[in-house]
Parts: sequence; structure tokens; C-alpha cells
Amino acid sequence: MIAELGLAALWLAAALAVLQLVFGTIFTLKSAEKAEFSQIVRPAAAMQGVLCALSFLILTWLFARTDLSVKLVAMNSHSMKPMIFKIAGTWGNHEGSMLLWVTVMAMAGALIALIERRLPERTMMATLAAQAFVGLGFYAFLLFSSNPFERLDPPALEGMGLNPLLQDIGLAFHPPTLYFGYVGLSVAFSFAVGALLTRQVTPDFARAMRPWVLGAWIFLTVGITAGSYWAYYELGWGGWWFWDPVENASLMPWLAATALLHSVSVLAARDALRAWTIMLGVVAFSMSMVGTFLVRSGILTSVHAFAVDPERGSFLLALLAIYIGGALLVFAMRAGSVTEGERFSLVSREGALVVNNVMLSAILGVVLLGTLYPLLTEAFDVRVSVGPPYFNPVSAIFALPMLLVMAVGPLLRWRHDSAKRIRPELILIAVLGLVTLAGVVAFAGIAVLPTLGIALAVVVIVASVMPLRGRKLRLLPLATWGMVIAHLGIGVSLLGMASETAFTQEKLAAVKVGDTTQVGPWTVKLDRIDPVAGPNWTALEGVLEASYRGGKPVTIDPQSRNFWSPPQETNESALITRWNGQLYAVLGREAGEGRWQLRLWWKPLVTLIWIGGMMVALGGALALIGRVYTDLRRRRVMRKAVERRSEASA
Amino acid sequence: MSEEATSHPLKKAKHQRLALVVVAVIVLVAAALIATWALRNQASFFYVPSEIVSDPPPAGQAVRLGGMVEAGSLVTKPDGVTIDFVVGDGDARVPVEYKGIVPDLFQEGSGVVAEGRMLANGTFRADTLLAKHDENYIPRELQDMTAAQKQAAIEETTK
Repeated sequence: MIAELGLAALWLAAALAVLQLVFGTIFTLKSAEKAEFSQIVRPAAAMQGVLCALSFLILTWLFARTDLSVKLVAMNSHSMKPMIFKIAGTWGNHEGSMLLWVTVMAMAGALIALIERRLPERTMMATLAAQAFVGLGFYAFLLFSSNPFERLDPPALEGMGLNPLLQDIGLAFHPPTLYFGYVGLSVAFSFAVGALLTRQVTPDFARAMRPWVLGAWIFLTVGITAGSYWAYYELGWGGWWFWDPVENASLMPWLAATALLHSVSVLAARDALRAWTIMLGVVAFSMSMVGTFLVRSGILTSVHAFAVDPERGSFLLALLAIYIGGALLVFAMRAGSVTEGERFSLVSREGALVVNNVMLSAILGVVLLGTLYPLLTEAFDVRVSVGPPYFNPVSAIFALPMLLVMAVGPLLRWRHDSAKRIRPELILIAVLGLVTLAGVVAFAGIAVLPTLGIALAVVVIVASVMPLRGRKLRLLPLATWGMVIAHLGIGVSLLGMASETAFTQEKLAAVKVGDTTQVGPWTVKLDRIDPVAGPNWTALEGVLEASYRGGKPVTIDPQSRNFWSPPQETNESALITRWNGQLYAVLGREAGEGRWQLRLWWKPLVTLIWIGGMMVALGGALALIGRVYTDLRRRRVMRKAVERRSEASA
Repeated sequence: MSEEATSHPLKKAKHQRLALVVVAVIVLVAAALIATWALRNQASFFYVPSEIVSDPPPAGQAVRLGGMVEAGSLVTKPDGVTIDFVVGDGDARVPVEYKGIVPDLFQEGSGVVAEGRMLANGTFRADTLLAKHDENYIPRELQDMTAAQKQAAIEETTK
């Protein structure tokens, strides 16, 4: 009964989306005669959010209770699973994750319908209609090809379980984080379409769109950072980025969102880059659709691919084609009517941002080509895989100059500036970069890319705090703090990546119980092998005593786990984190003669990668808070002014 | 536009706008060219044993080799972490060596995809082994095998 309620709520929400689309479109076309139609669209959007949330809560409830008469629960859950993973199991599968997508999207639509009052009503209605149009595709997808509430008759006796690799607290919250990002970009897309259709590409539009871009970008940043750390400790391969299609699927929207975020700021502050911002809005959402398509269709093999179904892939591909094709068509028809914005000279903050945007787009293109290349060649029956030997150098060609411009850009003034004015800063940056470069080349003797990476990281770290010079720190706007911290985070993360790549030491050995082995500054002793058991697994646990440069030993215990539902083995790595790096240990199989395989890595400064990533997200959050606070205050002032005026006239 | 916008410092702005567009186009075209060129050189091709024997890739080039681990061929070297085994597809056999911790579901008689390169002596040195990843996942490349081999691989990897 309760499952049917969830399905009914979903159908109702879809019906409201139709209403929202129809009335929103009519209002956009003839707002003069049909003014009352806007009275229908906003409540429809709000109610849709409520219904979807209800539907999603019901599915969560079914998973929490392990209702085995629901097919999705029986296929993906198990009564023995810990409660937190039962709940996370709601979105750890295809249907549930699509329902989550729709729910977040409907709630975002509800939010803009309720609070966004800055834009002209016609633009708002066009935006909400676009939002409903995008939503309807996903409703159709859910209701016709992936109904999460389908019943199983007779009910299963026991569920089939959840892939053990996914039974991890970090991963449980990883997909939703990325979905929030994707959906945020869908809102930005709707705004872009609305503004384009009603010819309202204005700074006000940019201000309305910006929080959504920022929010999406923050979630994507957190998602990518967390996903990278998950792959690092869970897969047991010691790597933190594999250029796996699923990783690329989250990186590409992030690159587009980063470009969009900066161009939307130019539009908001300076009324320039109008058409470019709209274009990026379309591209960013396209990339999140491409991402969803790659992940959900299973069209590319991937360490992450857990739902392989070509039929769903075709549906998503059709949606992708309709949205992107439609948006590009609208863009082609209307772009001519978007008049040229404010001008600026090449050496100016806008100029630097344009260069950065172009570089980001180039990297995006490089990643997209590399990700899709295996698909293209497969059409000619040639199977290839594309990995780090392609992605690393080719993206670096564009990333390195981009980071240099990122270091200098914030020092420039809007509209027009000259290199002469910031000469001392430029000299300092250049000297610092060259000295670091020479130092690394002379003393470390490492590969080209990490060498450049370290020098550039130092430049970016120093340059990113330069905008603070000569400013009263207490009076600095929150958004500026956000920029400084985010740019600093990029430098910190880059330092971690370069250091990990250049200085990692690895040891692979078969070790007898009681014997020791060395890796970098660490001495590791295999103390004993213990059998251990968890709620749905058993494991062999290696108890290791590791001491750093002969210091006090620390015990860590990597495990080789056997899950029984579904049956699968996983390696649980164990880590020791110090301020200057991590020791990473994996236990392998028994190697005969009482020996066990151990794989150890010493990874200097590796944690900076994720600390930097979180700093980037924190910077975004500060900027978002700052912007929203400013908006609210402006709104309050405006309201007071209106009140005063009406009092005066009364 | 305002008086200011057309005054001195921005006189050249229109040309500079054009310059920016040109720069953007050049960078994006360069990106496409570099990417295409790099893809031709850096994409690693997939081989089954009979292909790698009849038409071997240049020694040292990164490729992927997929097939079945031959029963009885798996040998662990005295160091305890290096293994030798033979990958076959029914027509040809390729000796493979690998140093590392094997994936969880790697075993004799089951499907495997090895990433690595051919050595001059005809041995394949694997850097990474990919075996069955979860109960729904079969290395896509195994689809390239003949029907019988595929059947065997599917049975093996979905059991």
C-alpha cells in the first residue's frame, strides 16, 4: 500500500510538471492577456517539490524496513545489512538514484518558485517552464522504464544485498553529493534558457543564477574530492585519480561549472560576457547530462560501473539529445539578439577570466574527447582504452598556463589595467617560481610534470593571498575571502598531487609473521594475522606495527574481507596519517612458507590533495554565504524604501 | 554606451575583443589537434592472445591483453609477490608476468584483462590485472572473444 502511495505521488508530481510547463509557456508567450497564469505556475512548482520529497521518503522507508515485496528492495537490499546502509541503499541503485535526482530537481524548482523575486515575471515563468521541461524527461524515464516502486509477487524471502564496495559510509553519501551538483546546474540551465527566451541576459539574471552555480560547484567539488579519497583508500591501489570514465563524468561538469562560475561573476559585476555565460550554462548542464549518461548507461567499462543496461542508456541519450539540441537551437536563434556587453581591454580582470575560461574549456574538450574516444573507435570495431599517458600531459598543457593566469588575474583591476601597475607583484611571482623550479631541478631530479607542478603550486599559493595586501582584513567582503581561500586550495591541492607523484615510495614484499620490511622512512613489522568478523563479512586482518624513523610504533590493521551477500572479496587498506604524508598498507594473499603479501606506500604530502579540495569547497561556501547575505540585505533595504514611500504618500 | 566606455583606455577595446576571440579559437583548435594526436599515440589497444601472437604491437607500447587464465599455468616465484601465468583464447597462448597483489577474483580458468606491454622476449609484463569486479560486471573486452570462449568467460564470471 505504502509503495503505491509513493508511485501515486510521483505521478501527481509529473502531472503538475505538465501544468507548470503548459501555463509557464503560455504566460511567456502572451503575458499581457494571461497574467493570472503565473498564479498557477509557482504553486505547481512548490507542490511538485513536496510530492517528490514524499515519494523519496516513502522509498527510503521501504528500504529501511526491507520491504521485500518491492522488487527494487529485494534486488538491492538485505535484512542483515546495517541500518545506515539500508537507508543509503535507497539511492545506491539505478531507480533510486534517478528518483533522488528528480526529487532534488523538483525541490530546487520549488525553491526558485518561492523565493526568486528579482527577475521579471516573464523570465521567471520561462525559467520554470524550462525546469518543468527538463524534469518531465526524468519523470518519463522513472515512470515508464525504471519504476522504483514495482512490486514483486510473491515477495522475496531475502534480499540480494548491496555490492560490498558500495557499503562504505563515504560512498553512501558520494552519489547524492554529485547529484546535488548536477541538479544545481540544471537550475542554472533553466535560468539561462529563461533569460535567453525573454531577452533578459542582465546582471540581475546573473545574480539570480549565481547562487545555483556556486552551490552546484561546491557540491561537485566536495563530491570529486570525496570520491577521489574513496577510490584512494577503498580500491587499495594507492592511486587517487584514475581518469576512469565515472571520475571524468564528475570532472567535466566541474570544469564547465568553474568556467560558468567565473563568467557569471563578470556578468553580475560588469555586464560583460553575456552570450558566453549563456553558452556555458548550456554546456555545464550538458556535461552533467553526459555524466549521468556515462554512469547510468554503463556504456563505458569502469571500476565504478554497477548498473549496465543499454536500454536505459538509449533513453538517457535521447533525453540528452533533446535538451542539448533544443538549448543549442534556442541559443542559435536568440544569440544574435543578445547585444554586446560592456567592453574591457585585454589586460584586465575580465581579460584574465576570459583566458581562464578558454583554458578550462580546452581542458574540458580534452577530457571529453579522451572519455568518448573508446566509444568512437568501438564503432569501427577497434577496442582501446585511454588512460593517464593521454590525460596527464595533454590536460597539463592547458592547466599550467591556466594556473599562471589564475595567480595573476585577481591582482588586476576590472575593465582596464596595465602590467606596469602590478610590476612588483609580477616580479615577486616570477622570481619565486623560477627559484623553486631551479631548486627542484637541482636537488630533487624528478619528472617534468611534477617539477612544474611544485613550482606552480608555490606560485599559486603565494599569489592567491596577494589580493589581501593593503586591505583591511575585517572589512573584506566574504566573497573575496572565498576567492582567496579557493585559489589557495587549488595551490595546496596541486602541491599534494605533484609531491605524491614525484616522491611516493612503494614496497611490495612477502613477509613472514614477526619479520619487518622498510618503505621510505618507515619500518613495518608484521605482528600477526587475525581472523575477524563483521555484521556481513569475515576477514583476515594483518596486524602491522609501523614506526617512523625508529619512533614509537603505531598499530594498523589492513584486512582482506570476504562478504557473503553477495559473495565478494575486498581489500581494506589501512593508513597512518602524519602531517607530512601517509603510510598506506594493503594485505594480499598468503604467499607460501608462512609469508603474507604486503604492499606498502609512503606518500609524502598526499593529504594536501584533499585538504586543498576541501579548501576550494570552503571558499565556494564563503562566497555563497557572502552573496546570499548581500542579496538579503539589499532586499530588506528595498522593502524599507518602499514602505517609507508608501507612508509618505499616505 | 556611456561617455566613459568609449574614452581613451578603451579605444582599442573592440580590437582587443577580436583578439580575445581569435586567441580563444586558436586555443580550442590547438586543444582539439593535440588531443587527437595524443589519442592516436597514447590510447592503448586491446588484444586477444591470437592477435598479439600473429601481429604483435611494438615492444614497450602500452596495450591491454584479455583472455582466460590457463588452468595449471599459475606459478608464484620465490619472492612471493611475482607470478607467471599463461593467458589463452583457445588458439594462442601468451606468457604473462605480474608483480603485485592479484585482484580478488583472479584465478586459474577465469577471465582476465591485463594492462601492460610486450617484452622483446615475447612475454607480456602486466602492470595491472583486472578480474571480475562484481557479480554484474564482466570486462567489456571479453565480448571480443569467440562465442564459445565468451560463454565460458560469462559462466566463469557470473557463477
